[in-house]
Amino acid sequence: MKDTVFTLLSNKEIAKNTYEWVLSGDTKGIREGQFVNIKLDGFYLRRPISVCDCDGDKLTLIFKVVGDGTAKMAEAAAGEKFLVLTGLGNGYNLSKSGHAPLLIGGGAGVPPMYLAARKLCARGITPTVILGFNTLSEVFYKEQFEALGCKVLITTADGSCGIKGFVTDAMAGLEYSYFYTCGPLPMLKAVYNASATDGEFSFEERMGCGFGACMGCTCETKYGYKRICRDGPVLSKEEIVW
Amino acid sequence: MVNTKINLCGTEIDNPVIPASGTFGFGYEFAALYDINVLGTLSFKGTTLNPRFGNPTPRIAECPSGMLNAVGLQNPGVDKVISTELPKLFKVFDKPVMANVSGFSLEEYVETVRRLDTVERIGWFEVNISCPNVHGGGMSFGTSPEMAERVTRAVRDVTKKPIIIKLSPNVTDITAIAKACEAGGADGVSLINTLLGMKIDLKKRKPLLANKTGGHSGPAIKPVAVRMVYQVYDAVKIPIVGMGGIASAEDVLEFMLAGATAVEVGAENLVNPYACRDIIAALPEAMEKYGIKNLTEIIGGAH
Repeated sequence: MKDTVFTLLSNKEIAKNTYEWVLSGDTKGIREGQFVNIKLDGFYLRRPISVCDCDGDKLTLIFKVVGDGTAKMAEAAAGEKFLVLTGLGNGYNLSKSGHAPLLIGGGAGVPPMYLAARKLCARGITPTVILGFNTLSEVFYKEQFEALGCKVLITTADGSCGIKGFVTDAMAGLEYSYFYTCGPLPMLKAVYNASATDGEFSFEERMGCGFGACMGCTCETKYGYKRICRDGPVLSKEEIVW
Repeated sequence: MVNTKINLCGTEIDNPVIPASGTFGFGYEFAALYDINVLGTLSFKGTTLNPRFGNPTPRIAECPSGMLNAVGLQNPGVDKVISTELPKLFKVFDKPVMANVSGFSLEEYVETVRRLDTVERIGWFEVNISCPNVHGGGMSFGTSPEMAERVTRAVRDVTKKPIIIKLSPNVTDITAIAKACEAGGADGVSLINTLLGMKIDLKKRKPLLANKTGGHSGPAIKPVAVRMVYQVYDAVKIPIVGMGGIASAEDVLEFMLAGATAVEVGAENLVNPYACRDIIAALPEAMEKYGIKNLTEIIGGAH
């Protein structure tokens, strides 16, 4: 974990209320499935955002505007500087993927799937990817995953793009060796119940510090209490207590 | 050269800056970031007799210049704190530590202090009678002078180490509680714990915190804290550990002028994990700027 200054290189709206930030700074040690915690002027607590991509000195973050903090982030201009705490959380364990892993991202849970997919492809393992959204205007990153060579299945709740329904509708009939998923809690529960193999779930919670000091984001697991920020955000299927 | 040393209830410490309980874990998480031996001491995570999960989440909410928390004293219980957490802390911290203790009955406070009293490296007890986030205990001991005095006397009987009672600001007259602690044999008081607050989620039309209420901390509460330290300084002779929104070396000086012998830094650790280190590093320059040679000189200087 490190607290360093990043410079915003670009900020663009890539889908409805969804923004992609590309930042430049010291990305050393950042892993797939981790998050960063960003200090914003005028806000007391930092904003925890999952890592979408990290390559060289470039860090890509994608966030949805859900409150005042993310609304302010959506207005940020290239050249602005931010204090960013990096290397937070445990991240995904890609060594467990097997030969045919499945990545399942829902809405704001799609971004962390990208770096996981890219790292898997670098190991010569091409994952199948399911991306779930509410509607066509919210769909993003389909082409980016396809450019990696992944087979991409899109689901929308209203049927305006891809399969009509939820990510679990796309899971039906698929064969896979292991899975990694991130998305809203109801989706994670549905994936838990629908999945045929072991896998890893990335959770979200309101955090105080983001690095394990305040106990603000604790959840119960089969192996005791875990802090989402420090012992998570990734939990394995077998340890989850809903 | 300025002198930042102060004497806290009979023990000299290098500087008055102490991370507040609940914002610093058991210290070792922060040792990965900087050498925590720069600290005056540290007050470790509030410890109870039995393990506690705490409250359901969300436990954290942001507010202007501060935050609300309703963690609810999550901790592994006194025995595991002694067997697992403190050995990890002592590997990275060489100084005496402050043990923060909470309870839900007199017997619980007493038993927790009695067990921790066997740990040689504990230099002070900070007895929390002011946690606003637990039910049937915590703050209820800190809002009545009689109860505050009873808790103080009860723990006084089982330890010879200095006892600092942590006071709640959620009272009409904090000086009455401070006097009661002094009468009960306390060696010091620390204040303020968090102010009881609430935030409503407009979309859900419900309180944002699962516990509904939470403790308000951060720079927003600093003027309230300074005022209470000032009042308590006039009311008691025992030393005061001041806290509430401290984020800079200037804030440390302000609390000491109000009457604090030492200070605790809380919420700021969560937004800047280097906060305590930075404040300690900035202290000498701030002292020089205001013509202070010895920090002890300014304690209560605003009176």
